[in-house]
Amino acid sequence: MDKITTIHSRTVVLPASNIDTDQIIPARFLTTTTRTGLGKQLFSDWRYAPDGTPKADFVLNQPQATGCQVLVGGRNFGCGSSREHAPWALLDFGFRAVISTEIADIFRNNSLKNGLLPIVVDESTSDWLIANPGSEVSIDLEQATLQLPQGVSVNFPIDPFARYCLLNGVDELGFLLQQQERIAAYEQRHKDN
Amino acid sequence: MPKTMFQKVWEQHEVAPETAATPAVLFIDLHLIHEVTTPQAFEVLRQKGLPVRRTDLTLATMDHSTPTRTEQVFGGVPVTATAAAKQVQQLERNCAEAGIELLNMRSNLRGIVHIIGPELGLTRPGRTIVCGDSHTSTHGAFGALAFGIGTTEVGHVFATQCLLQRKPKTFAINVNHKLHPGVTAKDLVLAIIGQIGVEGGTGHVLEYRGEAIRALNMEERMTVCNMSIEAGARAGMIAPDETTFSYLADKPRSPHGADWERAVERWRGLPSDAGAVFDREHALDAAVLEPMISYGTHPGMVIPISGSVPDRKGDPVFDKALAYMGFTAGEALRDRPVNVVFIGSCTNGRLGDLRSAAQLMRGRKVASTVRMLVVPGSQQVKAAAEAEGLDRIFIDAGADWRESGCSMCIGMNGDTVARGEYSVSTSNRNFEGRQGAGARTLLASPLTAAASAIRGRVTDPRELL
Repeated sequence: MDKITTIHSRTVVLPASNIDTDQIIPARFLTTTTRTGLGKQLFSDWRYAPDGTPKADFVLNQPQATGCQVLVGGRNFGCGSSREHAPWALLDFGFRAVISTEIADIFRNNSLKNGLLPIVVDESTSDWLIANPGSEVSIDLEQATLQLPQGVSVNFPIDPFARYCLLNGVDELGFLLQQQERIAAYEQRHKDN
Repeated sequence: MPKTMFQKVWEQHEVAPETAATPAVLFIDLHLIHEVTTPQAFEVLRQKGLPVRRTDLTLATMDHSTPTRTEQVFGGVPVTATAAAKQVQQLERNCAEAGIELLNMRSNLRGIVHIIGPELGLTRPGRTIVCGDSHTSTHGAFGALAFGIGTTEVGHVFATQCLLQRKPKTFAINVNHKLHPGVTAKDLVLAIIGQIGVEGGTGHVLEYRGEAIRALNMEERMTVCNMSIEAGARAGMIAPDETTFSYLADKPRSPHGADWERAVERWRGLPSDAGAVFDREHALDAAVLEPMISYGTHPGMVIPISGSVPDRKGDPVFDKALAYMGFTAGEALRDRPVNVVFIGSCTNGRLGDLRSAAQLMRGRKVASTVRMLVVPGSQQVKAAAEAEGLDRIFIDAGADWRESGCSMCIGMNGDTVARGEYSVSTSNRNFEGRQGAGARTLLASPLTAAASAIRGRVTDPRELL
C-alpha cells in the first residue's frame, strides 16, 4: 500500500445522507474476483441511465469532478453491506478521502485498510463543505487536520494504529503475524471452546 | 464490577488487550465464508505464501450469487450468470487448496451463511463469529459476539484466526411487554430501527433485552439480531437462556455428553450482570406495535401498516427517496398495488417464517397480478418445509418454490425485481436498486408479505388471520 501523508484536492459533493454501499457499488458488480477496475461502476445507478449513457446532471460526470480526490457526503456515509468493493471502487475512481459527519463502522474499517481516509467532521464544517463544492482542501494525516480554503483548520479523529500504518504504507497483517506466539498460547488455553 | 454480556465475551477472546497505540487482538472462534467476499483474500494468502491457520474453525458455503432454480442447481441446466458461476468455481478451488470444508451446490447442508451456522450447531453462546457479510449480526441471537468484516479482514482471520479491533460501546434496547398476534419479530426490529435511526447504533454493540425478547423463539431472535446492522450496529446480542439451550441441544455439531453439560454451565454465566452499565439505553413497548412496513429507501423509513407516509417539507433527501418510491407525503400504503412478493433471506428464510406465511396462504391463491417467490434459507429448511407440505401450499397458491440462497434479497443471481416494480419483501434492505436496478422494495414480515401476495395490494395480515 502507498504511504499517505498529505492530500491536496478540490472536493466533489454528494449531499445525500445515508449513502449506502449498494449505491457506491451495486451488488450485480460483486461477481468480480479482483480488487481493481471497479471505478467505472462507482455509483453506477446514479451515474448512468438504464441504457448506459452517462447522466449529465450527476456530479461525477461533470468536468469539474475530474482529478478530485476528496468526496464530501452527507451523514452516515457507507452504511449497509460489508463489501470492501465500496472503497475499492472509490479508490479506483481516484478518491483518496471521504468526509462526512458520520461514517458507517464497516465501511470505515475497510477504507482504512485500503488507504482511503474516512474523515469525520462536525456539522458546521460539513455544512460548509456541502454548500461549497469544488473547494480546495488539504488533509494532513500526521497532524490529523483538514484545512479549508480560508485557512480554517479542523482536527479529525483517527485511530493511532491505523494512522501509523497509513503513514508508513504498511498493512495490519504484518502486525498480526508478529503476534503468532501469543495466538498459539491463547489457543492452548482455550482448547475446549 | 458488574459486566455486560458483550464485555464478558470480548474479554474472553482478548489475545492481547487494546492500548492507546494498538487495537486489541481478538481471537475468532468461527469464520464463515462464501463466494463473494473471499476471492481477493485467498489471493493475498497465495501472494504471501500463508496457509489458513485454523481450517477447523472455518466453514464455507455458497449463497449470494447461486441460482435458485432446481434445474440449475441439480439438473445440469447452465447458470446464465457466467461471472457468478466463475466465482462459485473459484470458491471450490480455493477451499480445496486451503483444506476448508465447503458445503457445495449439491450439499444438503448448504444454505445462506447465517442460516446454516445456527442449524448446524456451530453458532453458540459466547463465541466470536465473523463473516465477510454485514448480516453476521444474526448469530448474536445466541449470545455470540458476531459481526461482519471486509475482505482484507477475512484475510487476517485466514492467516491468524484473529482480528485487530477497537472495543465498541454498548447499547441496551429494552423491549417491554409482549407482541400481539400478527405482529412479528420483523415488525419489532423495523420499529426499533425506525426509532433509533439507521445510524443510531454506529460504534455500538446492541443488547436486546426485556420481556418481549425473552418470549421470542430462536428463529425470531435471529430475525431481530439480523437487522442490527440496519441500525448501524455491527453486532446485536441476546442473552442465552433455556430457549437457546433447547434449540442447540439436538444440533449435529453442538457439543455432546459431558462437553454439552460443561458448555451449558459456561453459557449460564454469560448474561449481563445485574447492575451492568450500558453506554446507551433505549426502551420501547412491544404491546403497542402494529405490523410495520417500509416506505422509503432505507430501513429506518418505516411506518405502521395502517399509517401514512410522513411529510418532511423541505428535506430534499427525503423527497428524493419518495420520488424513487413513487410515493407522496401523507398517502397511505395500505391497498397500494404490488407486483412482486419475496419470502426468504437471512432475515426471514427460516422454517418458522415459511410456516407463518403458509398458514395464511393455505387454500388461497396469489393474486393474478403478483409474482411470488419463496426461497428457503437453506437446503435443510427446504427439506423440513417439504416434509410438512409447506411447498405444496405455496405452489398450489401459485408461488415459485426454489432452492436455497440469498436470491432476490440482493439480486446477484438473476432473481430480481424489474425497474419501477413494487416488491413486498421479507429481506433486510430497501436501498435503491437493492433488488434490481430501479426496483422499489417495501420491507415487511412474512405474514404481511403473504397477505399482500393474496390481495395483490399492501395488506394488514391481521385481516386474513
